[in-house]
Amino acid sequence: MSNNSKTPLDDVLEFIHSKKDKSIGDSIVSTIYQNAETISKSVTTVDDKRKVKWDEKIDNILTSKITGYPIMLLLLGIIFWITIEGANYPSQLLSDFFFSLEDKITGIFNYMNAPDWLHGILVLGIYRTLGWVVSVMLPPMAIFFPMFTLLEDLGYLPRVAFNLDNMFRKSGTHGKQALTMSMGFGCNAAGVIACRIIDSPRERLIAIITNNFVPCNGRFPILISLSMIFIGGIVASQYSSLLASLSIVFMVLIGIYVTLIVSKILSKTILKGVPSSFTLELPPYRKPQIGSILVRSLLDRTIFVLGRAVIVAAPAGAVTWLVANITIGDVSILNHVAGFLNPFGELLGLDGFILMAFILGLPANEIVLPILIMSYMSKGAMLELESLDSLKNLLLNNGWNIITAINFMLFSLLHFPCATTLLTIRKETNSTKWALFTFLLTTSVAIIVTFIINSLANLIGIF
Amino acid sequence: MGLTSQSSGLSLLKAKFNIQRKSESQIVIALAGNPNTGKSTLFNHLTGLNQHTGNWPGKTVANAQGTFTYKDKEFLLVDLPGTYSILASSVEEEVARDFICFGNPNLTIVITDATCLERNLNLALQVMEITDNVIVCLNLMDEAERKGIYIDLKKLQEFLGVPVIPTVAKDGKGVDELLEVIHQFTENKLELKPYKVKYEESIETLVTQIEEKLTPIISDIFNTRWIGLRLLDGDEKILSTINSIINDSYEGGIDDE
Repeated sequence: MSNNSKTPLDDVLEFIHSKKDKSIGDSIVSTIYQNAETISKSVTTVDDKRKVKWDEKIDNILTSKITGYPIMLLLLGIIFWITIEGANYPSQLLSDFFFSLEDKITGIFNYMNAPDWLHGILVLGIYRTLGWVVSVMLPPMAIFFPMFTLLEDLGYLPRVAFNLDNMFRKSGTHGKQALTMSMGFGCNAAGVIACRIIDSPRERLIAIITNNFVPCNGRFPILISLSMIFIGGIVASQYSSLLASLSIVFMVLIGIYVTLIVSKILSKTILKGVPSSFTLELPPYRKPQIGSILVRSLLDRTIFVLGRAVIVAAPAGAVTWLVANITIGDVSILNHVAGFLNPFGELLGLDGFILMAFILGLPANEIVLPILIMSYMSKGAMLELESLDSLKNLLLNNGWNIITAINFMLFSLLHFPCATTLLTIRKETNSTKWALFTFLLTTSVAIIVTFIINSLANLIGIF
Repeated sequence: MGLTSQSSGLSLLKAKFNIQRKSESQIVIALAGNPNTGKSTLFNHLTGLNQHTGNWPGKTVANAQGTFTYKDKEFLLVDLPGTYSILASSVEEEVARDFICFGNPNLTIVITDATCLERNLNLALQVMEITDNVIVCLNLMDEAERKGIYIDLKKLQEFLGVPVIPTVAKDGKGVDELLEVIHQFTENKLELKPYKVKYEESIETLVTQIEEKLTPIISDIFNTRWIGLRLLDGDEKILSTINSIINDSYEGGIDDE
């Protein structure tokens, strides 16, 4: 065959260009629509005998400009409240179980005359981290996910997207970003993959870069436990769960707000463009299938996330134990690095150990808190967490106050994505540059926000 | 209809859609439909795969695929992304369209929502422009009934010229009937004469002229009428896809000589 630069198809194209005018395309499309209309009209009869159209009534309330947002926040708040109230007791049971088992394991190590360092790495490092991750994360997830999946199954999430759609378009991005953002509540890596549903490369990038600003379930436990300790603790105990739930809702709102602001800034600067339009269809409400909700939320999500956390937490626990126990001079490596980071941490209302924990927690957000606790312990291993009170005392003894807690939550909300998400971003955008950009952007936002909060607090003189 | 070249279809199946038939005898079925019509639910019913189904648009972006056997015949079912049309204004539409047109499935099932037939027929009509081998599923019959919507199935079937099967996918209702119709298709017992949209005189003339030019080049692989319409519609991206496919078959031609 000849390799003519002009293919036979180019001839066809030339012919079409000579004949074509814009109205042809419109005419083709509208002819198809007219045909569909004619056929459907001639075969369909509608005789709606229902006195009340429930679905329309419900939609009017759930997506109304006045009641839409309050209902959304209320539902979110209720879910968090049930999660907090319900997770306490099973968390306690699990942690009792893990730590009573630890004594037995230590006994076995002693019996076998195992060296101290081996016991340190395996039991104080790996086992305790695992015990912590499982007892703190499993109960909230086992409650939170089924409820979230229930809302998804009922058809509520598309209504959320519908409510948020307008705000995203005002930010110069695609309305579908409301959906990908919602996915991010489960897992940011999943949220980033979900951005495939956005066609425009510009809007897709914005959605990918900003997905991390909503807390994934690796970060919810941090928000939940810290808001219970520091914010719920402000008021009398019967109101503390309520106030804690409210503060988590507030954190989520901050995350969404930052998402919108950063999206807007990106769409006005390096990713300029006009938002493309799309029609978001509200699917009908469906009766949820309870069995499949449980299977999906418990097996597909809870066990999956927990499994991932465990896989990452085990080596991280070992590494943390090592850096906390290997000393250079008289000071452990951990203390060296924390001391180096401390001045910067204090600028943000945090400290060197906290920054260190976030850095070591890069593989998975789930382990940030366990690492921090381990670092605070003098012997370099995590404490036996008998209750959240002992966690509170530990934090207070290390100089925490409410600003530290708020900034810790904010930093967790806004800082760099976990390694999995970063790798996913690289894969989805096919460029290391955008993964790196996301890393720098989110970290800068976290630093700026915590710095401002801390400066304000210093200025007002709260502490 | 010119959709006959097995080789080009198969290589494209493999390369672009990451789909591989286990054997020549396996029958490839594409599952198309608007978002939220119960496509994934039907897919799960047929294949037994427990794919995650969420209740919002745009969930199936990549193709899901699964296999099933009915009366000793093996089928490969490909779940296409949910789209309102396949005029390719979005990634999902392009994936769905390219698969139906170039992926060369043996049969395409269009699943429609009985509660809003008009919008769903748009897609069905567009699919029937590409291929004759179409079956229409009228899903969500229970919801339609609840809303007092009645559809004259016989009349619709006469209009469309292809089998129309009422289903309630979530309960598995109508799935047996669907399987039976699929079986009849494999035995060549179905008479498929899909309704073809007629356009205004000037467009029909142009399409005929374009078809005359296309026929010597690609008629053995593609539906020239449909390609002509897409080109007139201003979709020139389709040409690059065609180019890449015929270049492959050109090389094959040299080897044969």
